[in-house]
Amino acid sequence: MSKRKTDVSKYTMKVVIYVVCIFLSILSILPFWIMLMNATRGTFDIQQSAISLIPGNKLMDNFAILAGKTFNPIKGFLNSFIISSGATIATVYFSALTAYALVAYDWRMRKPFFTFIMAVLMIPAQVSGIGFYQFMYRLQWTNSFLPLILPAIAAPATVFFMRQYLLATLSMDIVNSARIDGAGEFYTFNAIILPIAKPAIATQAIFSFVGSWNNLFMPLILLTDNSKYTMPIMVSLLRGDIYKTEYGSIYLGLSLTVLPLFAIYFMLSKYIIAGVALGSIKE
Amino acid sequence: MRRKSVSYAKYGYIFSAPFILAFLIFSLYPIIFTAVIGFTDLKGMGKTDFKFLENPFQNFVTIFKNPSFQVSLSNTAIIWIINFIPQILLALLLTAWFTSTRHKIKGQGLFKVLFYMPNIITAATIAILFNSLFGYPMSPMNDILQKLGLIDAPVNFMLQKWTTRNIISFIQFWQWYGYTMIVLISGVLGINPELFEAAEIDGASRSQTFFYITLPCLRTILLFTLVTSLIGGLNMFDIPRLLNLGGPDNATLTTSVFIYNQAFSGSYLYNRAAAASMIMFVVIAILSALLFYAMRDKYAAKIKKLEKKAQRRTAV
Repeated sequence: MSKRKTDVSKYTMKVVIYVVCIFLSILSILPFWIMLMNATRGTFDIQQSAISLIPGNKLMDNFAILAGKTFNPIKGFLNSFIISSGATIATVYFSALTAYALVAYDWRMRKPFFTFIMAVLMIPAQVSGIGFYQFMYRLQWTNSFLPLILPAIAAPATVFFMRQYLLATLSMDIVNSARIDGAGEFYTFNAIILPIAKPAIATQAIFSFVGSWNNLFMPLILLTDNSKYTMPIMVSLLRGDIYKTEYGSIYLGLSLTVLPLFAIYFMLSKYIIAGVALGSIKE
Repeated sequence: MRRKSVSYAKYGYIFSAPFILAFLIFSLYPIIFTAVIGFTDLKGMGKTDFKFLENPFQNFVTIFKNPSFQVSLSNTAIIWIINFIPQILLALLLTAWFTSTRHKIKGQGLFKVLFYMPNIITAATIAILFNSLFGYPMSPMNDILQKLGLIDAPVNFMLQKWTTRNIISFIQFWQWYGYTMIVLISGVLGINPELFEAAEIDGASRSQTFFYITLPCLRTILLFTLVTSLIGGLNMFDIPRLLNLGGPDNATLTTSVFIYNQAFSGSYLYNRAAAASMIMFVVIAILSALLFYAMRDKYAAKIKKLEKKAQRRTAV
């Protein structure tokens, strides 16, 4: 009797769990779905009914209006791509190098240096934004991509992650046998350590790329020239008066900025989720 | 013959040199420079020359007295709290469900992918998207509410203080609960399974197991989530700035938007913005340090108490 009762409550509970999870899934998808559908619908269609679950046929018209004004998705895409790729390469290469220095060599400042990395892990870039801007302005580096790429060389969180990975996987025997074979230290790092660290590098590369791609604050204060705008700055133009009632075009512009991210995400979601789970274990 | 051993120690310095150099130039120097600017008269678009103020703390005093800054502090706190409390509760609930051996939820992989998805989408895009979804007079939200008969005429949501604040809190919640959940699940999976087995043998109920074993074991990860969310909240910029430019009537002006507005609009008050940045820097440093110590001591005391209790029980 009581066994059946617990079975029923267990079953009800399971239904509740699935209903909540499905609701949350819809909540994740719906805003983007409305956006993608409205990107293909004309202003008139949207005024008749602002939500549609099926696409319209005004995609090309919307694109013509969108591209006819200041919003230049191709330029924004290219600029963002250059900056994000540069920053990603700088981050993963130099973080791996620094992590290797922390794991493989016994130097006097090793411990203090690691403590220092832990201490600066939490400092957000935004608090030094004013000094950074003034510094770059003096160098006449505003409207250059360098101030958005070079700082990526020092990425404390990535170093931390790579160090944990190398500690767990790197055996010094490999390094020692490379030394016996006469390999230089720098060569050993490039030819042997980097391939070993590949899984960690891949995970960190994804997060570094997405983080750089989504960054608004720094590009916004540094880049004033239209032709240098990144994707998030381009997006902010959609808010202005120029597209006021061109609803379809606004949705299309928004869609164009997220399509590359959706592509990356659905191809690599397995690694991304695993990376989030791994990165959190900070003990 | 004794072979001389080679010391490789210098490579430790050589290989970490690029990191150290980049950090000194692009992080440390700008922080110090920001602090210095906070004590000067540096303002005006494109100006670079400055002199120190006679009263060095003048900018800090002005900032503290500035009503907009006070409003931005309370807005930041309000928006963060409305987002964080439901976020951590939902994440904990989902964690309990997904790690439950009793329910064995299927499709967890897909749910995780979908719950985390909003997190990787550009915040700037999401802000403009929600601005369009809640637009006036024509927008999906107005459409739904009118069709449901909840409102008669279109509502201009972006003119309502609490609605705009809640939209921002909702976006933060929606973008981050999936992340928090994944982090917590990985924390639960890291707990020694013997603890759960022992609890089951001792006849602990599911809620007892959750509150007395799972939660205490998650304390470091919960602290991590709390601190990173707090620091992220204090730096909230893209969404309040682009959703409604900090409005209506400064209702969604956060500290970061305030700093940006001081420095890069109006009269380009770099010095005031720098002073405000330094205040934020100190707040962030104090908050994270305080939290680390408070949580550590509290739980250390609690664990000691539990241990004593256990000892007493075994003694009897």
